[in-house]
Amino acid sequence: MDFTTDHFSLFELPPAFRIDAALLDGRYLEMQSRVHPDRFASAGEADRRLSLQWATRVNEAYQTLKNPLSRARYLLQLAAHDVGSENNAAMPADFLVEQMAWREAVAEARAAREHHELEHLHHRLQREIRERHDELAVLLDDRRDFEQAADRVRRLMFIEKLLIEIDDAMVACEE
Amino acid sequence: MAYSVKVLDHYENPRNVGSFGKEEEGVATGMVGAPACGDVMKLQIKVGRGGVIEDAKFKTYGCGSAIASSSLVTEWVKGKTVEQALDIKNTQIAEELALPPVKIHCSILAEDAIKAAVADYKKKHVDQAAG
Repeated sequence: MDFTTDHFSLFELPPAFRIDAALLDGRYLEMQSRVHPDRFASAGEADRRLSLQWATRVNEAYQTLKNPLSRARYLLQLAAHDVGSENNAAMPADFLVEQMAWREAVAEARAAREHHELEHLHHRLQREIRERHDELAVLLDDRRDFEQAADRVRRLMFIEKLLIEIDDAMVACEE
Repeated sequence: MAYSVKVLDHYENPRNVGSFGKEEEGVATGMVGAPACGDVMKLQIKVGRGGVIEDAKFKTYGCGSAIASSSLVTEWVKGKTVEQALDIKNTQIAEELALPPVKIHCSILAEDAIKAAVADYKKKHVDQAAG
């Protein structure tokens, strides 16, 4: 095995946003069982250490590719395209206004303990996330428009945070 | 991670939370967001004669440090001219609130919010002067 390969090559998958999730899962389980430290319990120290490094490497690669947002970020990284997530001024004003409205709606529903409303927001957002993923597939795999893809990735970073907040609010309502 | 006393104070008793009416005279808005943490911050300034900031309000959805940073800057910009407000640096905010290195980006967000609000004020001002 070669430590310098990228995550896709590691699992013998084409470097694309559209991914065969079942194939990824299968290859991951196969590799994990091959490099698992338990199998090297009686091996020499060098081999044990190497198996631990490999197990860590395989896990990290799997987590990165499994999650659509981190997969998109990784593809941009492979294309040497900076997502620019540290640049706070990079977001368009209309998007931020929309995000503010979402957060206000979540805060209001949470304060009023409106579980039903939170569920509604959750489903609406899930639908939006799916649409953004479809959009990313076109931008990354078909058009190879990394500029636009980076913009969609930045938006998704806000949207995923929002989803966590909605889910937190639902848990708070149930308590 | 433990928050400093000053962060907790601003977090628990945030100053100047809210919004100005859209039609109020001299109101300018700065909207910023940090993709890295998903925080969203709105800072509004109410500018009077001579470009002096008379009042400021904020609304921030984010962590305690982001809320404290924006709360603090609403206090700091009051009484300053828009040009003086631009001199507020994130390092001053971080120092005042004793922010740990991982939370420095919250103070940068607050500085960016001031810049965005002042830019909005100048844009409206030029538009008015031209119109």
